Amino acid sequence: MEFFKFRKDIPFMRHALVLNVVSIVTFVLAVFFLFHKGLHLSVEFTGGTVMEVGYAQPADVPKVRSVISGLGYTDVQVQNFGTAQDVIIRLPAQKGVSSAQQSETAFAALKASDPGATLRRQEFVGPQVGEELVTDGLKALAMVVVGIMIYLAIRFEWKFAVAAIVANLHDVVIILGFFAFFQWEFSLPVLAAVLAVLGYSVNESVVIFDRIRENFRRYRKMETVAIIDNAITSTISRTIITHGSTQIMVLSMLLFGGPTLYYFALALTIGICFGIYSSVFVGAAIAMWLGIKREDMVKPVTQKGVDPNDPNAGATV
Amino acid sequence: MNRYPVWKYAIIVVALLVGFFYTLPNFFGEAPAVQVSSGKATIKVDTGTQRRVEDALKAAGIAPAGIIFDGNSIKIRLSTGDEQLKAKDAIQKALIPDPTDPPYVVALNLLSRSPSWLSAVGAAPMYLGLDLRGGVHFMLQVDMQAALTRKVESLSGDLRTALREKNVRHSGISRNNQAIEVQLRDAQTLAAAKAVIAEQFADLDITEAPLAGGEFTLTARIKPAAARAIQEQALKQNMVTLHNRINELGVAEPVIQQQGLDRIVVQLPGVQDTAKAKDILGRTATLEVRMVDESAEGRAAESGTGPVPFGSERFLERNSQPIIVKKQVILTGENLTDAQPGFDSQTQEAAVHLSLDAKGSRIFRDVTRESIGKRMAILLFEKGKGEVVTAPVIRSEIGGGRVQISGRMTTTEAHDTALLLRAGSLAAPMEIIEERTIGPSLGAENIAKGFDSVTWGFLVIVVFMCVYYMMFGVFSSVALGVNLLLLVAVLSMLQATLTLPGMAAMALALGMAIDSNVLINERVREELRNGASPQAAINAGYERAWGTIFDSNVTTLIAGVALLIFGSGPVRGFAVVHCIGILTSMFSAVFFSRGLVNFWYGRVKKLKGVSIGTVWRPDGGGNEVAPSARRSG
Repeated sequence: MEFFKFRKDIPFMRHALVLNVVSIVTFVLAVFFLFHKGLHLSVEFTGGTVMEVGYAQPADVPKVRSVISGLGYTDVQVQNFGTAQDVIIRLPAQKGVSSAQQSETAFAALKASDPGATLRRQEFVGPQVGEELVTDGLKALAMVVVGIMIYLAIRFEWKFAVAAIVANLHDVVIILGFFAFFQWEFSLPVLAAVLAVLGYSVNESVVIFDRIRENFRRYRKMETVAIIDNAITSTISRTIITHGSTQIMVLSMLLFGGPTLYYFALALTIGICFGIYSSVFVGAAIAMWLGIKREDMVKPVTQKGVDPNDPNAGATV
Repeated sequence: MNRYPVWKYAIIVVALLVGFFYTLPNFFGEAPAVQVSSGKATIKVDTGTQRRVEDALKAAGIAPAGIIFDGNSIKIRLSTGDEQLKAKDAIQKALIPDPTDPPYVVALNLLSRSPSWLSAVGAAPMYLGLDLRGGVHFMLQVDMQAALTRKVESLSGDLRTALREKNVRHSGISRNNQAIEVQLRDAQTLAAAKAVIAEQFADLDITEAPLAGGEFTLTARIKPAAARAIQEQALKQNMVTLHNRINELGVAEPVIQQQGLDRIVVQLPGVQDTAKAKDILGRTATLEVRMVDESAEGRAAESGTGPVPFGSERFLERNSQPIIVKKQVILTGENLTDAQPGFDSQTQEAAVHLSLDAKGSRIFRDVTRESIGKRMAILLFEKGKGEVVTAPVIRSEIGGGRVQISGRMTTTEAHDTALLLRAGSLAAPMEIIEERTIGPSLGAENIAKGFDSVTWGFLVIVVFMCVYYMMFGVFSSVALGVNLLLLVAVLSMLQATLTLPGMAAMALALGMAIDSNVLINERVREELRNGASPQAAINAGYERAWGTIFDSNVTTLIAGVALLIFGSGPVRGFAVVHCIGILTSMFSAVFFSRGLVNFWYGRVKKLKGVSIGTVWRPDGGGNEVAPSARRSG
């Protein structure tokens, strides 16, 4: 079986400009939503209490909400979680009130209104922990970005490092944009997914850059654009198949993993889809705009004193 | 060119065997068990305890499936859950005469069903995280500032005494936040005070400032190194106290761990009653010092021949001897700053050294002056129930807040008494800053969900790979299976805690690991497309793909390590599996799969073709499934 039968190299770079404009627009939109709507941060980041309560029959969400509001909480969220029988209740952190009692009084009130209620899960996070998680998350992001850039700069070239990281940060911002736009809950596993995507997506860029370097060595007289096109064309089948396989796993988590893994899998899905797009159209294109040349890739160690533009360079008679 | 030397196959076989044996325990499931461990610092579980347990079980007519003594606890494996409950009752009855004061913790537990020869080589199943087995998780923050303030308070009392002993006249000692300020009249006393501090208070750093009128202020602060030591000790003591309290809950395997410099994580698997757990964790035991009632009536009551006189109470000493103690409280635990085991400086007898704060020392001096030759009692109240820890005779007036209890004490007793006196209070207040409760049914659901995700994803990938790449797809699938095997084996070996995010990472690791095989297979196809001979194509495919695989794994690993360093809780669980998954995938996808390919194709002298699915060529010469295909290479 073979899905990808290309007779000629696909001129990816011909459309680079248009696609990069599309990228910039998506990126700007994502940033806009991030600032305008903000992320719906989970209790792990904001501090507060989350309770998952199970009922024997489908839960009466408005009633649960009124019971909890009756306790004097102003900003309470009550939602169905996974199934109709389960609800998830989020209580904001209250200064001065011991968290410990918060969930107990809330659950006692729910139990009073419906004896069939069972506490399936309960989570409390103090505000100081939340703040730390935000800073730790940003530190982790910074370490990944810097670490990958250094590695790529050593292994390839700084232009590739910049191109790869821009392409992948573009993915990360777009994932965050999705989460902001739809107000999906941004929790710790989602953060893990975002960073994993960052590491994974760079793979794509690495594979393409690897091929670009190889092509520079092999086809000495080819134009840079043609070399990039050829590199992308010859790796596109691998790109799509591997992403497809990873996506199969992620899809399996999305379908079978239950509500806990849902947003984790969703973040990965967006990351994988945009990962293909960005490494093909954004990463390679940026490397092109930055002006990668044969000399960047093929270190002229053995060709001292030889003009690289000389059409006869490297030829020995 | 596609041959592995024997030693490479040997490595593969050894890795597979080790992987198999260490993965195996995860499949045996768990058997119901009862666990007996010590409930008090003074009581040790030993072979004697084991014999008592065995006798109790025999008396109750229960035949255990196995009894394991591991140095700290006795685990009794039973065949059914019904027997488990019966055995727990029987053991409890035999070992715990007084349920309000249990010397042992008898708890229900689950033990791995894996055979003993597997446990003997250290193969044990992965430990399930709270989100998979249900339970409570707390994170407590220790208020270190309070611990330091307390220490400074006691040091300022000591300093006062020391200065008086050396006849250094000062015009006032006060505590200002975490600094001790001493007012001194002239330069001479300043020098004398500095000498005293330098000689006796190694933990203090001093700075001096002249005041108007020729006076001086000496400011002493705790040295940073000493402060760190104080904080560490406070944390340790709090953990010991927590341990003692948790023992009461009867949890089989509580986890009490330090996290960072000032946090303690407590995990109680299987506990559902958070209210009770919080109550016990947050409880403060109180310590009281009272006088022993030594009147004639008191003595009569002590020997059991008369009623307890008015104004006194009857308590039990730790050796169960009754003792009559006056109701009037002289001091409480608040005034006690420290208790340490040690030795009497003259007789070399074992002793407990107590330190009191300034207020406590004053009261203590007055009381001891008036009651030389009488006995005083130190009582520990927990859950409103008092126990006399020790009741020494007052030999002389005790000033300066340094009390020594000695006489008829072994070093272990001194140690335990000091521990009990300290355990009465936490070294520093704590606050719950994170709390998580997961019901047991939710835990079981989470396991099933994680398992389903991995299984279905794995199956679909295997089917796709086999259809798309034929024989090479089969190799890739086997390599993927080996990756899963090794990943589980390494996690079991490390005794890592498996959580739901960890299972997600496992699924993701498999999804990403196949990347390497796709890279290789595509490369091999490409080489074939360009007209290489099958053997050369296999060789070149693996060689060329390796650089790319390595690069991409390193970048993924960078992300994994960042998560490991900065992540906490669920993210850490994810990161551990993610990182190990990357490492095992390098072995299985490259080294192992190459071994398979070499084994299958490498021996064939004149290989006509390889089964890697369609090798399509732009000139229209695409051929279908080899090796039956006629390819000239």
